[in-house]
Amino acid sequence: MNEFVERLLTLQWHEPKRSYDVVIIGGGGHGLATAYYLAARHGITNVAVVEDRYIGSGNSGRNTTIIRANYGIPEAVRFYQHSLDLYGTLENELGCWVMHSTKGIIWLAHTEPAMRAERARCLLNVACGTETVMITPQEARELCPQLDLSGGGRYPVLGASYHPAAATARHDRVVWAYAQGAMRHGVHVIQNTRVTGLLRDGARVTGVETSAGPISAGVVLSAVGGNVSTIAAYADVRLPIRTHPLQAFVTNEYRQGFGPILSDTELLCYVSQTARGEIVIGAEYERQPSYSLQASFSFLQSCAAKATHLLPFLRDLRILRQWAGICDISADFSPIMGQSGVDGFLVTTGWGTWGFKAIPAGGEQMAELIATGRTPALLEPFGLDRFARDHAMADQGSTGTR
Amino acid sequence: MLWITCPRCGRRPVEEYGFGGELRHVPEGISDPDERDIDYAWMYDNVHGTTTERWFHQAGCRRWLTLRRDTATDTLVNEQ
Repeated sequence: MNEFVERLLTLQWHEPKRSYDVVIIGGGGHGLATAYYLAARHGITNVAVVEDRYIGSGNSGRNTTIIRANYGIPEAVRFYQHSLDLYGTLENELGCWVMHSTKGIIWLAHTEPAMRAERARCLLNVACGTETVMITPQEARELCPQLDLSGGGRYPVLGASYHPAAATARHDRVVWAYAQGAMRHGVHVIQNTRVTGLLRDGARVTGVETSAGPISAGVVLSAVGGNVSTIAAYADVRLPIRTHPLQAFVTNEYRQGFGPILSDTELLCYVSQTARGEIVIGAEYERQPSYSLQASFSFLQSCAAKATHLLPFLRDLRILRQWAGICDISADFSPIMGQSGVDGFLVTTGWGTWGFKAIPAGGEQMAELIATGRTPALLEPFGLDRFARDHAMADQGSTGTR
Repeated sequence: MLWITCPRCGRRPVEEYGFGGELRHVPEGISDPDERDIDYAWMYDNVHGTTTERWFHQAGCRRWLTLRRDTATDTLVNEQ
């Protein structure tokens, strides 16, 4: 974290103590939000967040910042709608500008099967309390004048679903805002400290082994992105998760302004504009699991080709940066939150390509679970035990992947 | 980018292949037969390092091959 950011915020760093009530592994959005809500809502302030590098250095700083609730199963729609509502009031709650801006997302369909999928999505979303409507190609064009409805002659637009509540926010700022909020309540955030093992007492997890020595804890929460299978293995917990890289890139400034967020399941890409005017373009995750953060030219080539079919103006822009993040994709494409089956050890993981939009709700609900010991209704369907109970919640379509 | 050598077709780019998943193994520590079934059906080792996988040469000879790959760097191991 650079000096500018340090001056911008009032961050209070601490040396690690030997013991805490709650230790959270991973200083990303989910870890820091959980710490914040534990302190602010439940008065549990003897909390440490242990981060390997610096806060927000993992996927919280690598995602494409889209916030939406137009998911494909009722449990997920309710959960993400709650998160979307919390994002709307986040700036007031934390007293920190996170560049939240409501834009609406247009989800294009180029074939009849895709149109059916989008119609089904609209019906389900409305039934579960979030607004998604079908729009014609002309209406899509009114919302997004840059859109080429012939898709460059190759991908004609048959229609689209429109979810007006979708928004974007600045990802680093969300992380910093939660860190600042948590620190104001006395939470310790410990950077550059790697968790190398878990302390065990019989089966129970009683703390973490770190590069700065052991820290004992009443409860350990893994909010790790990427290496969660390694952390879980320290507690002999097996996870239905594979880690895949996902790449994205950003162009230089587009001054005319690009209003909504554009997404496309068939072309597997999504486009939005940042507050600085840059166009962010992302794609689906790579098929083979890997922890490599290497960006590839073949991705850039194929993704740029698809995006320029839909938005010809992109051809005049230059590519500034390209990067990769690693996504924990669960077997059913839904997150895993709650008890791990081992006493004293909880997980919030499987955040694949849908983690950023879930930060406030994930943090709030996990904090409630830790503070009260009871699983809140919103989290009930997302437990790790759902796989053994054969209640997996397949939701691949709404993640923008296939 | 990953290039994979197929014993029949030679060195070809990864786009031609389908990923068939890692060779599944259930830890010895799990003894209950139901637990073993659940683990086999759902859980992954998600190895950070060298793993053994099945790949399908979809756009080539359409046969399966077994490979060793390092997931930390996304490169093949011991490729001849």
